Amino acid sequence: MGIESSLGDGFLTTKVDALTNWARSNAAWPMPMGLACCAIEMMAFAGPKYDAARFGSEVMRFSPRQSDVMIVAGWVNYKMAHAIRRIWDQMPDPKWCIAMGACASTGGMHRCYGVVQGCDNFLPVDAYISGCPPRPDALLHALMKIQDKIRTEHSVTLDT
Amino acid sequence: MDLELSKTLQNTVDKLSEKFADSFVKVYQSTGDTFILVEPNNIVDICRYLKEELHYIYLNDIFGIDRFTSEDRFEVVYNLVSLRNREKLFLKVRLPEEEPVMDSITDVWQSASWMEREVYDMFGVKFNNHPDFRRIYMPEDYDYYPLRKEFPLLGIPGSIELPNSTPDTE
Repeated sequence: MGIESSLGDGFLTTKVDALTNWARSNAAWPMPMGLACCAIEMMAFAGPKYDAARFGSEVMRFSPRQSDVMIVAGWVNYKMAHAIRRIWDQMPDPKWCIAMGACASTGGMHRCYGVVQGCDNFLPVDAYISGCPPRPDALLHALMKIQDKIRTEHSVTLDT
Repeated sequence: MDLELSKTLQNTVDKLSEKFADSFVKVYQSTGDTFILVEPNNIVDICRYLKEELHYIYLNDIFGIDRFTSEDRFEVVYNLVSLRNREKLFLKVRLPEEEPVMDSITDVWQSASWMEREVYDMFGVKFNNHPDFRRIYMPEDYDYYPLRKEFPLLGIPGSIELPNSTPDTE
């Protein structure tokens, strides 16, 4: 009853790269790093109305060891930066990062001594979202951008 | 300036100025609130008296002010509430720029602990006899007091460490 019934006795050819990227891009499990009001929009993103499950990202993993995409939702202060970096380092490769909202991207309105002016000061961010807070659609858009990025990268390298 | 004190506030001012005549500096009103300025040396006794005799049982807040003046630069303000009399009172203490030190009132209100630590963290006012005296927001080894007027808005670059952003090498 699987794919073989509709394809008959034939076979498919593909690249390992393409297959891996297809699998990875449709199962990017988020690590919700909810730090402020953006986290509320992030919950809406995961909820039934905006439904991140359509993109394979419905499973919010609160363990860094099971997640692929870190969503930094909110402003990052210097003390928290160390905890975030530690969680990021615990996530297994390959991993991606979304800076959600003005604060995570640039420090936003928190232009002061205690807040890191953009989480890209200590994290490799793949997608930035504008807005304060961004709508859940914007987060979905960032997720789709990440998926595009996963699909176009070379995931398999020859180990020489 | 004429004061418009309620009966209970007038009683508070009279009792305080009588019992702590040496410490009492002045009383004034601003935007509907009453402020009593006292000397810092007797603050614990004054607070205990206000709490136990005059029923200002609730310590709402303690905060600092940097007046940025050459004399008595720092101010520590105690916001007291009397639930029985439905009165609010601000008790103020002024401290010099060099060595702003005063006694902790944690013996009177235990809740003063974190508030005094916050005043220390932001203004550098030190409190004697505090049970757990250290910074509350900023890192323990931080060298500056952020709410002092001379402190730049964005802080001192490099004064707080960011995590190492290069991947761990084997």
